[in-house]
Amino acid sequence: MAELDSSGGGKHKGGKVRSKKSSTRVDMTAMVDLAFLLITFFILSTTLNKPKAMDLAMPDKDENKTELPVAASRTMTVLLGSNNKLEWFVGEPGKTPGTVDNYGKDGLRKALIENSEKVRASHGGQPMIVLIKPSDKSTYENLVAALDELNITKIDIHAIVDITPVEVNELKNNKIY
Amino acid sequence: MPRVKIARKSTVTDMTAMCDVAFLLLTFFIMTAKFKQEDPVPVAIPAYTKTVVLPEDNIGTLTIGGSKVFFGVEGVKIRETMLEEMGRLYNTTFTPQEKATFITLPTFGVPMSQLKAYLNTEPSKMKAFPQPGIPTDSVSNELFNWIRQARLADRALFSKDLRLTIKGDSKQEYPTIGRVIQILQKQKVNKFSLITAQKGAAQ
Repeated sequence: MAELDSSGGGKHKGGKVRSKKSSTRVDMTAMVDLAFLLITFFILSTTLNKPKAMDLAMPDKDENKTELPVAASRTMTVLLGSNNKLEWFVGEPGKTPGTVDNYGKDGLRKALIENSEKVRASHGGQPMIVLIKPSDKSTYENLVAALDELNITKIDIHAIVDITPVEVNELKNNKIY
Repeated sequence: MPRVKIARKSTVTDMTAMCDVAFLLLTFFIMTAKFKQEDPVPVAIPAYTKTVVLPEDNIGTLTIGGSKVFFGVEGVKIRETMLEEMGRLYNTTFTPQEKATFITLPTFGVPMSQLKAYLNTEPSKMKAFPQPGIPTDSVSNELFNWIRQARLADRALFSKDLRLTIKGDSKQEYPTIGRVIQILQKQKVNKFSLITAQKGAAQ
């Protein structure tokens, strides 16, 4: 790759001293290498740094809107407690015993899939409704994890709702508050 | 038989054109690159399986970490209008110098009472300035007004709806997040985005 200096070096005829002609070519290999390295870096850093996000739609809190009554047996409530634990139950709080679970694949996801199938079977194909109620002891990560599981299990009807004192007691009973 | 001589060709290629193109591209990427802004509080964003790429402009970000809330809006013009309107609401007038400092801030988290002091801090010392976060209580309603003014400014200047995003720390306890969501819902922002990292492909 390197250029050989082919000029000069030979015997001069006539004894005339000629100044050696040096090549005007500059070896640009290293420069090009460096330039492309930097280009690669900038291309990667600009496209990879774009912030990614998930969209979240909250139910309208307008008091004037009439809400459609939904059978309690169709709703599954997920209470987010402390220590990365959650509790879920189908139906109304206090009446149906809750199950303490984790956010993993065998925890919430399994429960969501099973309950979804049960509700679909007992309500003539109607989808299940999931209410997420984060308690004051849960973290932001828990909320995102719960939403993520809903996304994975493709349960479209869900809402983030404020927790009620009854449900806080429920969490306290299960020692995850 | 004479040997067939293969003409020796020079291995040197003229790289001038390649070099030109390379540097042209390099200049372009350096000019357009936007460096990652540092968060005022350490924020570890949670992961989510299905994410969308956020647009670069017309966006407002609420950074939440350590129970503090910071707010930032993209766009110099929106920031300027927002500050003027906020000054009017809270009876504070800002000097051109303070305005010029404010529009360079990507995000901030000081209550109105400390904003002037914060803006008059030397740029090198700004990082050390203790930012307590924007008050989220309903008495002073500061965060509510900041968001509202930012949205109004965006509507007035570009007739677009400001897209609001929440960038929360994973370990942040829910009450602060819940309060911010409540503030957003109070002004009928029912759809917003949560900044999340891309989780590995879902099973």
